[in-house]
Amino acid sequence: MRPLDVLRTALWSLGSNKLRSGLTLLGIIIGVTAVIALMTIGRGVQQGITSRIESQGANLLFVQPGSTSSGGVSGGQGSGSSLTLEDAFALVDPVFAPSIKAVSPQIATNAQIVAGRENTNAQVIGITPEYGLVRNAVIETGRLVSSGDILANSQVAVLSASVSEELFGLLSPVGQTVRISGRQFTVVGILEDNNVGFGQSNQVLIPITTAYYRLASQRTAQGGISVQSINVEATSQEDMSTAELEIATILRLRHRITGDDDFVISSQQGLIETLNETTTALVLFLGTVAGISLFVGGIGVMNIMLVSVTERTREIGIRKAIGAKRRDILFQFITEAVILTMSGGVIGLILGLSFGPILNGRAVLGPRPIETGFSLDIAIIALVVSGAIGLLSGIYPALRAARMHPIDALRYE
Amino acid sequence: MVATLAAAGEETPGVGRPESGPCGVLNMIEIDNVTKVYKMGDTELAALGGVTLTIADGEMVAVMGASGSGKSTLMNVLGCLDVPTSGRYILDGEDVGKLPDNRLANIRNTKIGFVFQTYNLLPRLTALGNVELALMYGDSRNRRQRAVDALERVGLGDRVKHRPTELSGGQQQRVGIARALVKNPGILLADEPTGNLDSRSGDEVMRILHELHAEGITVIIVTHETDIAEHANRTITMRDGLVVGDESHAVPSTSNGL
Ligand SMILES: Nc1ncnc2c1ncn2[C@@H]1O[C@H](COP(=O)(O)OP(=O)(O)OP(=O)(O)O)[C@@H](O)[C@H]1O
Ligand SMILES: [Mg+2]
Repeated sequence: MRPLDVLRTALWSLGSNKLRSGLTLLGIIIGVTAVIALMTIGRGVQQGITSRIESQGANLLFVQPGSTSSGGVSGGQGSGSSLTLEDAFALVDPVFAPSIKAVSPQIATNAQIVAGRENTNAQVIGITPEYGLVRNAVIETGRLVSSGDILANSQVAVLSASVSEELFGLLSPVGQTVRISGRQFTVVGILEDNNVGFGQSNQVLIPITTAYYRLASQRTAQGGISVQSINVEATSQEDMSTAELEIATILRLRHRITGDDDFVISSQQGLIETLNETTTALVLFLGTVAGISLFVGGIGVMNIMLVSVTERTREIGIRKAIGAKRRDILFQFITEAVILTMSGGVIGLILGLSFGPILNGRAVLGPRPIETGFSLDIAIIALVVSGAIGLLSGIYPALRAARMHPIDALRYE
Repeated sequence: MVATLAAAGEETPGVGRPESGPCGVLNMIEIDNVTKVYKMGDTELAALGGVTLTIADGEMVAVMGASGSGKSTLMNVLGCLDVPTSGRYILDGEDVGKLPDNRLANIRNTKIGFVFQTYNLLPRLTALGNVELALMYGDSRNRRQRAVDALERVGLGDRVKHRPTELSGGQQQRVGIARALVKNPGILLADEPTGNLDSRSGDEVMRILHELHAEGITVIIVTHETDIAEHANRTITMRDGLVVGDESHAVPSTSNGL
């Protein structure tokens, strides 16, 4: 039998029972649509997370204090925080640390920000001017903290757009004063919201020295100015691991460490990977749920094929009596099942993908808008999987049809 | 008991053969002690109890006998629609008893045309579609044209687009014949082809079968009607799954002239 005849016969059979074929198709369409839509959304969320983390600066390493140093005496003024401002400056060393491009230490604390009658809570971060470079901070209006501010312990502040909006509404806050933990600060600039770090969008940036002397004075046991974390930008993606080694060497020397490190170096990539693992698990879970509905659709196809084979026993008998081989009958029924699931797959794919543009730029699965796009691999997987479902659910009914004896089939009432 | 009766059946075919016409030299069908036993729970029912028969190329044979005597069972075995429980079947020089399913399908497609009492057309296909169907499973060159030709041969050139429900019984049976002959088979098997037809339609069908016989096709017809059996040049009579009579006779001059 010619392939074209197989196809025509299958289409003709499906067409002669349109309602039934349509309903079976619907089961597959729903399943495929669900799988595609969820995979598209999941991927959008993942890409969103990645790009958001990357927007905070490229080739970033974070140095943070580790567990309290083993020999350290707890108590006193400090909480045993081991990283100091001097450590940060020591990392800027073209000789011992050629792979480090820029260093930005920070001290963060949460505080209430008051402007006139308005007030809000924000994360107040003490920074150095390098912060702008290292963390890709973009200034909307005004300026960032300058080195002059650092030296003078100036009480100046850069508000994130959301803080500015909450306190000043549509008015420009530049030049106005705000109170942070009761102290007067002059607003010198606004930070673009997109570039605000992951998690908290309410942020206020102030000079690191001001933060230390006026807000959160923490000292190490040795009396240095302790910082909460040091952001380090490596010279390139390839130099990330060298940079990590350089940081570790310098800090170990400075801290006279022989045993366990009292600091932890983590990378942006590590963060992305951890978050991706979490979202992947979520997407897989959702995909499994959607996959189950696709599976149910497959059972529907098998069911309808079995009914169809029984109903058409006489037809099978006639075809065999005039010379149809087993494989002709086999192919006929498998083709019918595959056509059902494949066309269901194509329609489901189109529907599922059309969810992409609908959801694009909207917030799904979290507070932030996601970006969705067409992905060829998802499309191919959808088609292959739906074809395979057709094959699997069609093969048993088709085998039953093919194995019938011509005379038994002809006599069937 | 089966053996003795089968032996009786063995002797009879020899009587018919010399008169079987110019093509009678070759044996189209040879069956040897063929049985077909149906198991119904504990009891066994022998629909064919050891039939031995030889039919030469180009013969026109009528098979008669009471209802339940095994005529249809024999036809189904001859048409390779059914496999015998035991015995040997040689068709056109080939032992079909041992053939795999694929080869049997091939034989059904190329060597045998089967005409059923109940027509067995696919209801959703047109007359043309039903005839074309037979060509789909084999050599399908020129399919459309050959199918149209076959329908014209049975006088249905103006009914090609009709579905079975839009045709009379006689017309449906002629579509069935067209479907059987479109493959140019060597043998045409017809199980009570006129059983459901009035006499006029029945005559038309018989006329067509005669024409085909005259062209050299071996024709075997199961019938209950003696006047139809008279069209044939040999009549085989069955009873209780056995051949009990086999006689050749001169064909009436009307059909002989074809
Ligand atoms: N599938 C079957 N299972 C059991 N017994 C069967 C089966 N098919 C036929 N038989 C039996 O075999 C015997 C012969 O049946 P067959 O159909 O060959 O008779 P027939 O000569 O064609 O009769 P009729 O003239 O009524 O068509 C019958 O007794 C019938 O009951
Ligand atoms: Mg019968």
